Amino acid sequence: MASAPIVEIENVSFGYDAGRPVLHGVSLRIEPGSVVGIMGQSGCGKTTLLRIIAGWLKAGAGRTRVLGEAVEGLDSKGIFALRRKMGMLFQFGALFTDMTVFDNVAFQMREHTDLPADLVSDLVMLKLEAVGLRGAAQLMPSALSGGMARRVALARSIALDPRLMLYDEPFTGLDPISLGVIARLIRTLNDSLGQTSIVVSHDVEECFGIVDYVYFVSAGRIVAQGKPQEMRRSGEAFVKQFVRGEPDGPIPFHYPAPGYEADLDGAGALSSLPAAPAIHG
Amino acid sequence: MAERTLLAGLRQWLESLGHMASSKIWRLGFAARFFVYILLHSGTAFRRFGLTIREIYFAGVLSLIIILVSGLFVGMVLGLQGYDTLQRYGSSEALGILVALSLVRELGPVVAGLLFASRAGSAITAEIGLMKATEQIAAMEMMAVDPIARVVAPRFWAGVISMPLLAALFSAMGIFGGYLVGVQLIGVDEGAFWSQMQSSVDVREDIMNGVIKSVVFGVAVTWIAVFEGYDAPPTAEGVSGATTRTVVTSSLAILALDFVLTALMFTGGNAR
Repeated sequence: MASAPIVEIENVSFGYDAGRPVLHGVSLRIEPGSVVGIMGQSGCGKTTLLRIIAGWLKAGAGRTRVLGEAVEGLDSKGIFALRRKMGMLFQFGALFTDMTVFDNVAFQMREHTDLPADLVSDLVMLKLEAVGLRGAAQLMPSALSGGMARRVALARSIALDPRLMLYDEPFTGLDPISLGVIARLIRTLNDSLGQTSIVVSHDVEECFGIVDYVYFVSAGRIVAQGKPQEMRRSGEAFVKQFVRGEPDGPIPFHYPAPGYEADLDGAGALSSLPAAPAIHG
Repeated sequence: MAERTLLAGLRQWLESLGHMASSKIWRLGFAARFFVYILLHSGTAFRRFGLTIREIYFAGVLSLIIILVSGLFVGMVLGLQGYDTLQRYGSSEALGILVALSLVRELGPVVAGLLFASRAGSAITAEIGLMKATEQIAAMEMMAVDPIARVVAPRFWAGVISMPLLAALFSAMGIFGGYLVGVQLIGVDEGAFWSQMQSSVDVREDIMNGVIKSVVFGVAVTWIAVFEGYDAPPTAEGVSGATTRTVVTSSLAILALDFVLTALMFTGGNAR
């Protein structure tokens, strides 16, 4: 018998307001133990999807089940209880800047458990060792490089051994070495801690290197899905453009505009711009 | 044609006016709900009082310099101005009463409140706003920790506790400043200065009413500061705007509340 999915989304639609729909009828299924990528260009709705999974946003329509619970039916206490089984790595780490690295990682343990201080200390050191930063325990976040801050944030997010890890653009703004380290850590921690991970990203190579399955989102819809090697061979126009980084395709290079001739004649969009101030010499 | 354009312009103006008014009222309602939410989630701020003590240090202790120095100078100016007026009527011995009542009833709570809004209120707004902009608040929520209970409530209660203490220190320094100028510099009789002050300043009518004012100002300033920080758009411009609004709104709130409280508290001597 197949095991129950960790995340199951059926026909979810969402918009921040009525005139601005972001997701349209999205369905996906994430199996336990897998690392799944959600990819698409900036603003396509993938972070919104992640926030719906985390219970941050409530879907306007559709059904969302996370770790066996229907997210729509949970009150704020239920959402908080669900989040205790999840971890999230934010785009830029979101470390608490008034706390040391040690205190950042210990934060959840101190907030949610009554563990004695020496046990908390041992656990924090274990988590920091897992990301290779045990020696940085007493540093402040301001003393860390971008890659180190991301690794500390990763240690913090796995502090209570979550069953589901959410990664929001984990590779953004990292140098190649840090990027490789973070990518390897995501895969290693997922496998060694028996987690399930969702990686929202637009970095094709790094993401394809670690995920088991990938969903492509464009304009709020899932346009393609499959294993990374299948996606590389995909004939779907959007996937081809995205994977190869082509400037033009289903996602056009040009922002919509009236006819070029009209602008050159001074009768189009440019003519509606305010006139430049006169220069008096 | 011109009439149609004028009507369209007028309609647009009325629409924007209505939108502005309704959004202000909506925001006021949100601020009121936010205040109730803080009160309901204040358990952590008292159970783990260390969190509140830490914020008292940042909001109160670090405001001491500006409060004490300002208090001293305000008291010294009161000494000079008061003596100049009182000696015309041959009652310069009443300088102690004038300095003490001015400070305890009005200047202590009001000026300390204004300084507190500028020094601590703006810092609280900027800190919470930046925590929001850098996703620290979101990270806390994701870790199933309520940011209102963990971040906002300790800062709120720290402000409420600090404000009356700062106002009292301001008044004490002001009286000392008045003494330095009046007694040590000008030569008003020291015995008259202190004894008249002692016999005329009433604990309930003057000091307690001043304390009540400073508590009310503390609640108002800190509520505005934490709300503006929490509601700030998560951008550099948003945090900067929220910080400015904290100082402006708090200052106006202090002055308006001072008038209302004074009207309610002081009865022109009829109550004595």
